Amino acid sequence: MNEGDLMNIIQILIILFVLFAWSRAFLRLRGKNISIGEFSFWSLLWIAVIIIALFPNIIVGLSIMLGVGRAVDLLIYISIIVLFYLMFRLYVKMDVQAKETTKLVREIAIKNAKKKR
Amino acid sequence: MNIFIVIAAYNEGKSIAKVVLGLKHAGYHNIVVVDDGSRDNTFDVALDSGAIALRHVVNRGQGAALKTGIEYSLRSGADIIVTFDADGQHRVEDLKAMIAPVKSGKYDITVGSRFLKHVDMPFSRRLTLKVAVLVVWFFYGAKMTDAHNGFRVMNRKAAQTINITSDRMEHASQIVEEIHRKHLRYKEVPVTILYTDYSLQNGHGGVKQAIKVLGRMILRRIIE
Repeated sequence: MNEGDLMNIIQILIILFVLFAWSRAFLRLRGKNISIGEFSFWSLLWIAVIIIALFPNIIVGLSIMLGVGRAVDLLIYISIIVLFYLMFRLYVKMDVQAKETTKLVREIAIKNAKKKR
Repeated sequence: MNIFIVIAAYNEGKSIAKVVLGLKHAGYHNIVVVDDGSRDNTFDVALDSGAIALRHVVNRGQGAALKTGIEYSLRSGADIIVTFDADGQHRVEDLKAMIAPVKSGKYDITVGSRFLKHVDMPFSRRLTLKVAVLVVWFFYGAKMTDAHNGFRVMNRKAAQTINITSDRMEHASQIVEEIHRKHLRYKEVPVTILYTDYSLQNGHGGVKQAIKVLGRMILRRIIE
């Protein structure tokens, strides 16, 4: 097996994974679990991944432009930034959830206050 | 004046009855115990001792429990709200001196300080508390001798303006922050903290917990 074949297998795997992930997002949109905005965000992300998988030369040019030595390095930098951003969003969302849970628990507690006569 | 005493209790079935009865004997009748989703019989014990018992169906943390108690007291028409510990650390005898400045109308809130008097305390705990004082000074510019004392007395206005959004332990620093941000008139009052074996093994103020609290405080600054 030469190097070209390996690259092809990886491309196929990436595309299959992206299609799977994107279909998940689509199903969530159809089930009204995510908004159209969120769906667009994921679609853009996955489309970008597919384009880069099919035409890796794009980021070679980009990495030279940005002054990052190797194209793969640029890919990893971008991935880390995206991951951090997603994590931050998740954290904020969880924080909001926790506060809402607390509010709910509080109201239940106040409604059911008990005292012995 | 309608005085309400709010106690947040998490798994304090062994100590809560003594605390509630102590307060009752001293003549306080509106004692609100918020059971913060305890796994023991805290709720029933509090109810049997004559307190108004509230229950968080799931554990939400001390800050959240105090806020629930304060909210309940406000809705019940409280003029003065006291926050008191459930594990017997605070002395009922100190209540009068804590309430007087607020009752007189000169101050909106009093906060207990264990460092205005000489006190025997394990070294590690003294260290953590002193570091906490420095942190509060650094973050909020508030000079307090004891930023993490759970013994507080506030009037209705203070209880309404202080917004506790931190569910967990860092609410103590947040209260200090709110006092300063909203320009409430505050006074520190010397109180005696009883370090019983029970309260010590309960571990409020351990080094590990202090680091966690600090971490959350910084995170909160970034997010909000």
